[in-house]
Amino acid sequence: MTAEQVVFVLAAVVTLGSALGMVTTRSVFVGALWMIAVFGGVAALFILLGAGFLGIVQILVYIGAIAVLILFAIMLTPRVMGDPNAPRYNRQWPLVAVMASALASLLVALVLRTDWPLAQEGAPTITGFAVELGKGFMTTYILPFEVASVLLLVALIGAIVIAREE
Amino acid sequence: MKPYAVIGAFLVIGLLLPLMTVMAATLLSPRKPNPIKQDIYECGLKTVGETWVQFKVQYYIYALIFVVFDIEVVFLYPWAVAYNQLGLFALVEMLIFAGILLAGLLYAWRKGALSWV
Repeated sequence: MTAEQVVFVLAAVVTLGSALGMVTTRSVFVGALWMIAVFGGVAALFILLGAGFLGIVQILVYIGAIAVLILFAIMLTPRVMGDPNAPRYNRQWPLVAVMASALASLLVALVLRTDWPLAQEGAPTITGFAVELGKGFMTTYILPFEVASVLLLVALIGAIVIAREE
Repeated sequence: MKPYAVIGAFLVIGLLLPLMTVMAATLLSPRKPNPIKQDIYECGLKTVGETWVQFKVQYYIYALIFVVFDIEVVFLYPWAVAYNQLGLFALVEMLIFAGILLAGLLYAWRKGALSWV
């Protein structure tokens, strides 16, 4: 096995193992912590695929922000936080099992049918891609870039207006 | 893939170092526990009531504000990487970008969303 294959197997084991830990744990809070490990494994997979910038965004946004949001949401919810020994199943589990199996078979069918092309030699490196993106932001895509800032501002103000009780 | 080898090595060492410290303490230290020794000391206090409690909903606003500025970092990152190859124009542009978001921060501050509850 090459070094990349070793890293891939490690990342895949971490991702799948953490995913298993996430869905089997009783505590939603512990499940969220497992989810952070899943995000980390997925970030490693992105980097292995040559999508380094996406890997960094995965760490920054998913581990840094989304995970925090989810942990906050759990900690702010009384029924979830109040009872760490909540039952693992509710009466909707057969329906969920059917839906999950259907989705799983669809995904497996897709994976098997897809012809996976290999990355070409000379594909952009991580810094190369980020540099190109940075240059693009400052030249061709200057308007979308600034509009994104306005969008974030709107999101910030909207969040404050909605979430704060006057 | 070369530069990632350094990151990988950093990750491995970063995981091993604290693990080894804890392992060394577990393996080497003599253990004669008694209730007073195992009691909480210094900054620790015995908890009053249940620890798995619901936190105040107002805290959610901090998480929301944090997410917005976290997304800003994603935009700052390519700019910072390409900084050497860009001119003054890019700096001004980024200042405008940050300035617009700074207005949002000012709004949050004025609305009292940043004050601790």
